[in-house]
Parts: sequence; C-alpha cells; structure tokens
Amino acid sequence: MTTSSLSMEGKQGQWQHLYKVLSKPGPYSDEDWVPGAETVNALETSKILGAGGLGCEILKNLALSGFKDIHVIDMDTIDISNLNRQFLFRQADIGKPKAEVAAAFVEKRVKGVKITPFVGKIQDKDEDYYMQFKIVICGLDSIEARRWINSTLIGMVDPEDPESLKPLIDGGTEGFKGQARVILPTLSSCIECQLDMHAPRPAVPLCTIATIPRQPQHCIEWAHQIAWQEKRKDDSFDSDDMEHISWVYNAALQRAQHFHIHGVTFQMTQGVVKNIIPAIASTNAVIAASTTSEVLKIATSCNPYLENYMMYAGEEGVYTYTFEAEKKPDCPVCGNLARKMTVNADMTLGDFIDSLGERAEAQLKKPSLRTEEKTLYQRFPPQLEEHTRPNLRLKLRELLEDGEEVAVSDPAYTIDFRYRLNFQ
Amino acid sequence: MLKIWSMKQQQQQAENAEGAAGKKKKKVTAAQLRVQRDLQELTLGNTMKMSFPNPDDILNFTLSIEPDEGMYKGGVFHFNFTVNQNFPHDPPKVKCTQKIYHPNIDLEGNVCLNILREDWKPVLNLNAVIVGMQFLFLEPNASDPLNKEAAEDLRSNRDSFKRNVRSSMGGGSVRGVSFERVLK
Repeated sequence: MTTSSLSMEGKQGQWQHLYKVLSKPGPYSDEDWVPGAETVNALETSKILGAGGLGCEILKNLALSGFKDIHVIDMDTIDISNLNRQFLFRQADIGKPKAEVAAAFVEKRVKGVKITPFVGKIQDKDEDYYMQFKIVICGLDSIEARRWINSTLIGMVDPEDPESLKPLIDGGTEGFKGQARVILPTLSSCIECQLDMHAPRPAVPLCTIATIPRQPQHCIEWAHQIAWQEKRKDDSFDSDDMEHISWVYNAALQRAQHFHIHGVTFQMTQGVVKNIIPAIASTNAVIAASTTSEVLKIATSCNPYLENYMMYAGEEGVYTYTFEAEKKPDCPVCGNLARKMTVNADMTLGDFIDSLGERAEAQLKKPSLRTEEKTLYQRFPPQLEEHTRPNLRLKLRELLEDGEEVAVSDPAYTIDFRYRLNFQ
Repeated sequence: MLKIWSMKQQQQQAENAEGAAGKKKKKVTAAQLRVQRDLQELTLGNTMKMSFPNPDDILNFTLSIEPDEGMYKGGVFHFNFTVNQNFPHDPPKVKCTQKIYHPNIDLEGNVCLNILREDWKPVLNLNAVIVGMQFLFLEPNASDPLNKEAAEDLRSNRDSFKRNVRSSMGGGSVRGVSFERVLK
C-alpha cells in the first residue's frame, strides 16, 4: 500500500480526476482488481490503435483518458466538408493526411502523450504490426474494413500466448444512429457472427434508374452507372476525381430536366456516388465516448466492461439498448477454428479424403476441399471437378505446405470444417 | 487486461484435449468458403455450364446458358461472375459478355435481376442467382426494362419481338443496332 501510494505522488495536475477513479475500488469494480500505481502504469504503457472517421473524437478521448502511447491509422486526407465536426482540423490543413494532422494536434494539446500516425489502409499492415498493441479501437466506415480487422485479430490469437488476444472495440455511426461493441477475439461474439444484423443498403432497382426516374437521386445513379459506361467506357470512375463528378453531375442534370425533376445538385451528386450519409457530430461524440470508456475499463479493469453491444438511436429523443450478442457456433471466422491434424505428407489427397470419412467428428461423405490459394478438390460443378481430379493422385506435400489450413465443406453438413495439417 | 487473458487460458484448458487453432498462416477466407459450399449445392441441369479460367480462383467464373425452350432457344449466352471478399454480404456481380437483344439486359451487358441488387440477401446463394438468370431467358420481362426499345417491342408486338430476337441472335441488327451472333 505504501509503495503504491508513494508512486502515486506527482500524479496530480491534468490527470488527478482519472487517478481518483483508478486508485480506489468502486461498487462495481472487480474483486481481484488492485487499484493504484500498477493500474495507472498499465494504462500509460498500453499501446492503442485507433482508426477512421470517428477518429478525432476517439483520439481526443484516449489522450484525455491517460493513454500515453497511441497509434492512429487513416488513409484519408482532409476535405473542407470535414471541418464542421472533425475538430482537430483547420482550414489550412485541407489536403493534408488526417492521421498526421490529428496526431500532431493532440500531441500539442495534451502534453506527455505520444501519438504515432500511419497514413494508409489498415490492410497495409500485417500481424506482426498488430501484435505490438494491447487494445484496438476502431471507428471504421465500412463493413469490409471491419471484417478484415476482425478476422485478422481472431487469426492472431495464439492459445499459448495470452497477450496475442487483443480486445477490439468497434464504434460505428450512420446519421443519428450508432453502435459500440466490445469483441474479445475467440472469446465473445465477433463482427462476422453479427453480420446478419447489418441490413444491406437499400438499392434502387436498376430498371427504375434506366427507365422512369422519380427522384433526383435516380438521375444521378443513372448518370453514374449507365451513362458513364456508355460514354466513357475506357475511364474507370473515380469518386474523388472532380472532373468525373462534374461529368456525372451534368449528365444527371440533363436527365433530370428531361423528366422535369428538380433538386439535382453537385453536393447531392457527390453524396450519391460516394454513398454518403450525413455524419452528425453529436452521434460521433456519443459513440466515441462509449468506445473510449470501454477501452479505459478493459485496460485498467477498474469497472466492468460492456457485454457486448450497445446500440444508440438519436432520431427521436435519445434511446440506447444494450444486449449480449451471441457467438455463432458456425461463424466462418471465429466459430469452428482450425483443428490440428497430423498427417503423413506422402499420403495422396484421395487417401486423405477417404480418411476424413472415417473420422468420428467429421464422417464426411462428399467433401470439397481448398486452401487459401488452391482448389484442392471440388466435386461440383463438373468443369471444376475435372480440373481438380488429377490432384487426388498427388501427395499432400505436393499440394500444400506444412501447417497450411484446409477448409472442407460437405453437402451433408451445414457447417464447414477447417483443419491445419501438420506433416509427421 | 489480465482478467481477459486469464479467461482465454481457462477456455484453452477446457479445449486443450481438442487442440484448437495453431500457428497462423494463410486462412481460407469466409467468402471462399461460402462459394465452395454454394458451388457444391448448385443444380445446373443441361442448359448451363460453368468455366473457371483459373480453377484455383473460385470467386471468378463464367456461366453459359443455353436455353432449351422459349424465344432464346438455340443461343449460348455467357456471363461473367465476380464475387468479392464481402460475399455473401454483397451480391455477386454478373455481366453478360455479349451484346444481346433482351429487355432486361442492356447493350453493355448489365443485368436487371432483382436479387442481384435491391432484393439480395446473404441467405441467398449462387444457385438462386443462376436460376434467376435462366428465368430471364425463358420469360423476358417487359415491365422491368433495362433495354427500353426491346421492352417496348415485347410489350407492343410479341411476334415482332420474337423475330427481332431471332435476327439479333443470328448476328443481325435491330433498328440500326447490330448484335453479336450467339447461335450454337
């Protein structure tokens, strides 16, 4: 007790309110938790990774919550339309990379915090890079990027190394709606398990767009999807190219005039082709606050964390609902993780398939198999069967590497199996 | 953090007998696994064939439809399927590689089929798409047009539409637009 109170000295000033929370137990804090210097130290050395559109809020919150080693990834540059809510950016910053400007701004305002920016995609980094962090917090703008980080973090979990488990805190907003969730890779429900909850974006039937537009948006979709292909087949459309947007805008405007539809504007054109839903500053603030407080609680154990999904709806009043999303037993990412199997590398693929039929947990009758790179054997359609049939006579060592993963599906089962084949 | 790590250790001890997971390497992606399953569950019949330019890449392939009845009988129609890593959240992208005369397929090869766009749901599979594609050739649909002239033609005079389909399939032209020969 004396040692911890000793090293708590000098921890005054800007952090004093935080230290109060971290140096005495509260009614809900975990029984095993030891408040004090150790906790504060753990917090200050936690490497945190944040990314994306909620970034400004999250970065500011993390820095003010006492995290001192923060990394931030963002691939975008600052646009004039960001300035109303992305408060770390100023007019003079337009065109500069978001990650760098945000990092410099927060470092300047919150002394003693180190923020390392990376300008690029989260997909540019590999497992070795992600391994250095303790917690990953995301405010990503696409399902695709979420699925990527989710499966990467799940793939990194090494049962022999507890530190390889990186909690993922995911925040997302769309207009007045938002969500925050805590994912403990392989322990709790993951993003892939929850994928069915995302309703696909309502799309307008192509034929409405092609024939009788009713709304200005239909005219823009027409210009974007149909007119562009007819007239400018050789240019691939780039939604960040002003000339391209202007072309689409003018084409849409003409079509709208023809059908007596009003309201096509340049801004709306940008919104439609880039699929922009207006971002609301207060929604971002609510979601960022929720996600950062989860990071704080997980990093310090000072209070129980969210289990595991909080939805927020702010269209009419303020509504939140928290529930525990369940793990999907047949989740293609975190469910049925690869089982280890030791095999004789000189066995042929055909014999290996026969042996799958004899395994108690599988008893596969008509399996098709592949690795990430190769289609090993695919029973249907016949064209693929023909192509892959010669593989049956090849030895396993000729088809895959030691330790490579093989995914097996069989029409008799609704779930798929994954095996990691280690050679004897 | 320590709490979570010890949770993992407990889970691991429980599963140890089974020995889940191991060293990480390239994992088969969720989209690949789903396509592998979907392909296995296809019913192609004898009016459809698939080809895979690269058999190791099952996310890109071609479907050929040879309708055995209806106005398009005798033709062979090729479609490129492109499945992205976001499948089945995103529908597959389907494009006709030939220039054909069809009310629901435009001259660029875009296809108007509800389940490829507004009605796509992740529970649908490749078989549903392929059945839908086949249906377009049996029952071209004038009320959902992508090629307006062809739709108008079908609506106003079925026989003239039929004649135009035949001549387009033979490589002829319809109202000044020439089409690709698609007969077997």
